[in-house]
Amino acid sequence: MTEPQVRSGRPGLERYYILTEGRAAPVGDASSLDVATLVVACSAPEPGIEPEQDAVLRWCRDPLSVAELGAHLELPFNILSVLLADLLNRGLVQARDPLAGTGDRGPDLTLLEEVLSGLQRL
Amino acid sequence: MDYNGFDRPAPPQRAEALHAESRSVKVMVAGGFGTGKTTMVGSVSEIVPLTTEETLTQASAGVDDLVGVADKKSTTVSLDFGRISLNEQLVLYLFGTPGQERFWFLWNGLFKGALGAVVLVDTRRLQSSFRAIEEMERLDVPFVIALNIFPDARDHPVEEVREALAVSPHTPIISCDARDRASSRDVLIALVRHIKERSAAALEPR
Repeated sequence: MTEPQVRSGRPGLERYYILTEGRAAPVGDASSLDVATLVVACSAPEPGIEPEQDAVLRWCRDPLSVAELGAHLELPFNILSVLLADLLNRGLVQARDPLAGTGDRGPDLTLLEEVLSGLQRL
Repeated sequence: MDYNGFDRPAPPQRAEALHAESRSVKVMVAGGFGTGKTTMVGSVSEIVPLTTEETLTQASAGVDDLVGVADKKSTTVSLDFGRISLNEQLVLYLFGTPGQERFWFLWNGLFKGALGAVVLVDTRRLQSSFRAIEEMERLDVPFVIALNIFPDARDHPVEEVREALAVSPHTPIISCDARDRASSRDVLIALVRHIKERSAAALEPR
């Protein structure tokens, strides 16, 4: 009989490999995930999901950026993106991309004005 | 956090929770090593600044700039960031870019979707921010230059600095103290004003 393995320190590349099933980058909708994308859980964690996915759902009961999630869960951005892609595909989380200052219809002056007044109130 | 920690994730700090309908915007803080990027992020952030990482693995191999680190299994690039709630439903994320500019483009889309950028400059070492300025111009990211005035720096008239940095007369250059919240906020205000002006100019019929 072998002793249970005690894990210490940060998860290694092996754990990342298992978590992502060897995928280095997400596919589909999640490939556009940004560090400033806000993620929000659509439902409570289900039994049987990976502990890291469970942690994502718990942290995202209120919207939280991908960067904050990565920092709190100590997961690198690319690994987290793969996890989020799975959660997105299963409809367990929603993602909102950051608003850009310019879009297809040109600059978003209303947004810039909103940012400006927010900063001026600080 | 170790792997076992995932069984009991720390609960989010509820006081800092964002509104359910929140949207985000992002602003980058660039500049050479030691110009005060992390300091500026920390001075205006409403949360304790955090660090997120990207692990560059073999998937990034084949890129010229990685020659020399190709033997390494993975390279970590860190991003310090903070957060400012602009109103109930709009939050600004401020990201301090990694000191090694050559890694920027490997972090896929780091500048994509950003409203703009602040390029911090230490007037005692202007050259350390050259690369950051070049990158902003190449990526066509609207930016302002903030001269972080260190206590032992001598006075540099703005026009002298402009010439030394070879930036266009349209790019605002302002002095700041990155340690000071109000001063850092004023840099962000200058940036957003600049983006607005740039946008308005682009809208004008030719």
